[in-house]
Amino acid sequence: MDFTLSEWVNLAGEGSLADAAVKQQAEETGMTEEAVRATMRSHLRCMQEAVQSGLNEKLRSVSGLSGGQAALFLKRLQEGRLLCGRLLGKAEVYAMATAECNACMGKIVAAPTAGACGILPGAILAMMEESDVTEEQAVNALFVAAAVGQSIATQASISGAEGGCQAECGSAASMAAAALAYLEGGTPQQCADAAAFAMMNLLGLVCDPVGGLVEVPCVYRNVGSCGVAFTAADMVLSGIRCPIAPDEVLLAMKEVGDALPASLRETGEGGCAACASVRARLRANAE
Amino acid sequence: MDLFDLIGPVMIGPSSSHTAGAARIGLTARLLLNEDVCKAEVGFHGSFAKTYRGHGTDRAIVGGLMGMAVDDPRLRDSLTLAQESGMAVCFDVVNIRGAHPNTVRLTLTGTSGKELTMEAASVGGGNIEIHKLNGLNVDFTGKEHTLIIHQTDAPGVIAAVTGALAGQSINIANMQVYRRKAGADAMMVIELDGAPEDYVLESLRHMKAIRNVTFLKRRPC
Repeated sequence: MDFTLSEWVNLAGEGSLADAAVKQQAEETGMTEEAVRATMRSHLRCMQEAVQSGLNEKLRSVSGLSGGQAALFLKRLQEGRLLCGRLLGKAEVYAMATAECNACMGKIVAAPTAGACGILPGAILAMMEESDVTEEQAVNALFVAAAVGQSIATQASISGAEGGCQAECGSAASMAAAALAYLEGGTPQQCADAAAFAMMNLLGLVCDPVGGLVEVPCVYRNVGSCGVAFTAADMVLSGIRCPIAPDEVLLAMKEVGDALPASLRETGEGGCAACASVRARLRANAE
Repeated sequence: MDLFDLIGPVMIGPSSSHTAGAARIGLTARLLLNEDVCKAEVGFHGSFAKTYRGHGTDRAIVGGLMGMAVDDPRLRDSLTLAQESGMAVCFDVVNIRGAHPNTVRLTLTGTSGKELTMEAASVGGGNIEIHKLNGLNVDFTGKEHTLIIHQTDAPGVIAAVTGALAGQSINIANMQVYRRKAGADAMMVIELDGAPEDYVLESLRHMKAIRNVTFLKRRPC
């Protein structure tokens, strides 16, 4: 069964969104709840491995446009000099490392897609290292994110070719915002509101990969969208309610996506993809 | 929708729709052909047509056609591996009216000369839909156990097939029936909760009016 955000909130009731999602997944697939959690745990470990391979300073993509940048970002973090501080800084470094691992044809976990695969692991893994979140809590947070992702995929889209980058990085930031709100003790309603705030901030984002490659601007948007997720979670945890019903924000994303011209939906024709300087660099690298 | 379609699959980058979904389409076609592919014509439509090289969509489709899964590191080198194994592959750009932006048309020849044509779309997050099989419109994902029967349209064929499944206590989750016209080419696509024994599939193959029986096991990842 597929659920809207408001249905997930009702399903969780007084309990947690994570438990509702685990129970639902077990019922749907006939697996035990323990087996469902074990699969997510192995996905979490795969996320950790992707970060490690993405932090390698020697990493380069076939096009030469990506690789080695997360290592630079990590160095500044380790020097304690990132303007956004240690927790968000680490989340963004890890988001970039994962996105670079992906660009270099490494092994990653789609969350919800490969193009946006850095945002959720960045947020969750940074919370584990900087905020004493246990592996079990992290696994639960990934289920909260998955539940939100399901509401988005079934009511709007998670494909850049259909809905633009708002459907990829926007969806991932929504999922991560709900997961962060959950980890900080937010109610199911607050998780839904956090998802909506993140999506609201990324509404209209176009999918404009240079040369059609999942590199520029994708790698950098994973970093920025991770920041949006923390901001959205912080707003709801401060007691701010989303003034629009969260599901309506998802439907708005679908409408905006439908209105985007094909040139801004993963065809590599408009936006950043049309910029001469980076296209020239891509050509030079190819020679 | 399975929650592990949202967090997952574990896959080789860089794109869930253009790499992982493409590999799944290739693998599904290979399973439907049910023998090694010796010749493949690959037609890319829409976004696939514009960006297939950069996303490794070509490598992913061919890797899938060679039997590789979405997390198989050999996907990166599949074009070379295909060449070494003697598989002839050609890529083309096609325009299919009304098709999903990430659609591919495959025309395959197997080692025994068996042929298969398929149109499939990668609909996001690595999920796929098969829209056309050997010229007939269909609609399935390969995510569930799927029984595909190609028959001549005649009274009683559907009852015989569903009866054989009932005899094994296998529950039908979804069922679609397609035909070109009355008494002509027809197809059944049946999604099942359980896998039928080989002898049941064999008995269906011997049934009059049934031309071909293919069983696709539930996709493991």
